[in-house]
Amino acid sequence: MQKDQDQILNEVTSGEYKFGFYTDIEHDSIAKGLNEEVIRLISGKKDEPDFMLEFRLKAYRHWLTMKMPEWAHLKIPEINYQDQIYYSAPVQKAKLESLDEVDPQLLETFNKLGIPLEEQKHLAGVAVDAVMDSVSVKTTFKETLAELGIIFCSFSEAVREYPDLVRKYMGSVVPYTDNYFAALNSAVFSDGSFCYIPKGVRCPMELSTYFRINAANTGQFERTLIVAEDKSYVSYLEGCTAPMRDENQLHAAIVEIVAMENAEVKYATVQNWYPGNKEGKGGIYNFVTKRGICKGDNSRISWTQIETGSAITWKYPSVILRGHNSTGEFYSVAVTNNHQQADTGTKMIHIGKNTKSIIVSKGISAGVSNNSYRGLVKVLRGAGNARNFSQCDSLLLGDKCGAHTFPYIESANHSAIIEHEATTSKIGEDQIFYCNQRGISTEDAIGLIINGYAKEVLNKLPMEFAVEAQKLLQISLEGSVG
Amino acid sequence: MLVIKDLKVSIDGEEILKGINLEVRAGELHAIMGPNGSGKSTLASVLAGRELYEVTSGKVTYKDQDLLEKSPEERAKEGLFLGFQYPIEIPGVSMVNFMKTAINEMRKHRGEEPLSASEFLKKMREKKDLVEISSSLTNRSVNEGFSGGEKKKNEIFQMAMLEPDLAILDETDSGLDIDALRIVARGVNNLKSPHNATIVITHYQRLLDYIVPDFVHVLYNGRIVKSGGKELALLLEEKGYEWINAEEVNQ
Ligand SMILES: Nc1ncnc2c1ncn2[C@@H]1O[C@H](COP(=O)(O)OP(=O)(O)OP(=O)(O)O)[C@@H](O)[C@H]1O
Ligand SMILES: [Mg+2]
Repeated sequence: MQKDQDQILNEVTSGEYKFGFYTDIEHDSIAKGLNEEVIRLISGKKDEPDFMLEFRLKAYRHWLTMKMPEWAHLKIPEINYQDQIYYSAPVQKAKLESLDEVDPQLLETFNKLGIPLEEQKHLAGVAVDAVMDSVSVKTTFKETLAELGIIFCSFSEAVREYPDLVRKYMGSVVPYTDNYFAALNSAVFSDGSFCYIPKGVRCPMELSTYFRINAANTGQFERTLIVAEDKSYVSYLEGCTAPMRDENQLHAAIVEIVAMENAEVKYATVQNWYPGNKEGKGGIYNFVTKRGICKGDNSRISWTQIETGSAITWKYPSVILRGHNSTGEFYSVAVTNNHQQADTGTKMIHIGKNTKSIIVSKGISAGVSNNSYRGLVKVLRGAGNARNFSQCDSLLLGDKCGAHTFPYIESANHSAIIEHEATTSKIGEDQIFYCNQRGISTEDAIGLIINGYAKEVLNKLPMEFAVEAQKLLQISLEGSVG
Repeated sequence: MLVIKDLKVSIDGEEILKGINLEVRAGELHAIMGPNGSGKSTLASVLAGRELYEVTSGKVTYKDQDLLEKSPEERAKEGLFLGFQYPIEIPGVSMVNFMKTAINEMRKHRGEEPLSASEFLKKMREKKDLVEISSSLTNRSVNEGFSGGEKKKNEIFQMAMLEPDLAILDETDSGLDIDALRIVARGVNNLKSPHNATIVITHYQRLLDYIVPDFVHVLYNGRIVKSGGKELALLLEEKGYEWINAEEVNQ
């Protein structure tokens, strides 16, 4: 661990966004604009069954009746939805021997991102679904997992191969009517990951999806669906990056999780979309709806997120605690620097008896950024003995940034115990000097302090990614002090 | 090792050090005494590189190099250690991680390999025993929730870990019980060698019973107004600073 720590400190020499390159590859794109024709075109390109097209069209028609939400503590410039491309797929140039092979240029792109797609080279114990722009490029370890009955594939493939499962669960946690961006995603989503863990199976490796935006003027709309049957377990990780561009790009995703009796799902995100430059030009608009349902008794869903990227983040990974004795957890570190804005948090809806939820949110703001925590804890009448503990901390670097917390509590059951703690602190010049005096540079001192501050959340990540996340935190804040 | 020539320092335009001259050679132990607000901590902070203060004139050489040109971390890596009068709390950063980072930064500076985990832990144990600091402290975050005395002990522990060439201890004896005082003195005496030097800033002759200084200086109103051997400390204790005041006026 120490070696990793040192490596982090050594590697971190520049504050530049490291994943800002663009791969010059041919794209199969459709024209800009959004209408029913476009939706039919997307559905057609993917050879979808009729139920999918109907779902999309219903979602689209509903979206037309909706307005962009304005309640978040965000300044969102007007988005012209007709000025976006809604489908763009990299064209695999080389003549491929088998479907499992991937264009070398794409392999190279993912290698550069630190995501090797050849299984023998890959991190032991992690299966990856790599998604570039609108399509899944490759899913590794599919066969190994299939032996256990685990389905791990791209969403498009799931629609073709397992239409019944998709039909049963898609939209069951996040209906297309849920919110503006969910409706938009449901209309135009192009790919994503699907994961099904059968009864009694513990998934032996980390499953992970890596999202890459490459094409210009293109929105990315992916969907992930995870179903964990009785007594099953899976740990899931999502990563994402995008090239540096002066224009803003739109990303609106949906993640749905269903956990049956005694099932446990851990979902972790390291969100590193391009945040824009120091003057606030460019960057991704990140509007995401993530929700899980603890459907069965004694089930458990945990969200862990490390949010460092995007110009604007609007995201509230939530858990509906329907099964008795079920548990929902939310661990978050959200960093905003320069002109970034984040409004993020969670919703914990207690329906079953003896349900528990834990919320740990750590905001870090620097530059002239704005960082808000927004969380709802709702206890319904029937949720006897529900318990919630929330801890919301804010750390400020400098005095031009903002940190805000908006906790909402609605309890309809008197036996519920809801605790909320909040702190705000600053990295003091005296703390930095103290570190300096022990031979530690200012950048490294900030790294130590923020990683110490975020430790509780970082510890929830799978080992391999905790190191990555620590590095990322430090890089995101470089140049923000002194 | 350290030569200070006519050092003048201001904060917010107000002159606090008004021309300090001091020379410290390897192997020596100097004590600086002086009334509250006379500028002792200011001197220590300026030597360590705190930016708050403005050096308006003068020169400081350390190991034959211009000290004031260097960043605080460069000074530290060159073996200059400051024991803080008010040690800082760093929540969330474990003592182990903090010390390991510090030691390895210094090793890197000297072109040495980082310590392995086992080497580091061995060193940690050794120094912990030396300064009799309990593991319940070193397993916590840096100074977080430490009592006043514990913080001071922790400064000495860090000094023992980092083995500096020049240690400046700013009132490390204040707030210590008698046992802790002896331990701190032991730490200082233990470090003492012909190759390094120590400056202790103190209000109490008591410390100097355990740490025998080669020189005692009196800092008064931004100037070193009197220097002598260890007997000067006794004299001060007996007569107080008023006596210096009168002497200075007489000059
Ligand atoms: N940050 C600051 N802002 C304003 N004045 C300061 C600051 N730091 C020090 N001073 C002033 O400089 C003078 C010298 O302070 P310093 O801390 O060096 O004294 P000291 O000799 O260490 O005193 P003590 O024995 O009480 O520790 C004092 O008058 C103090 O008020
Ligand atoms: Mg002082």
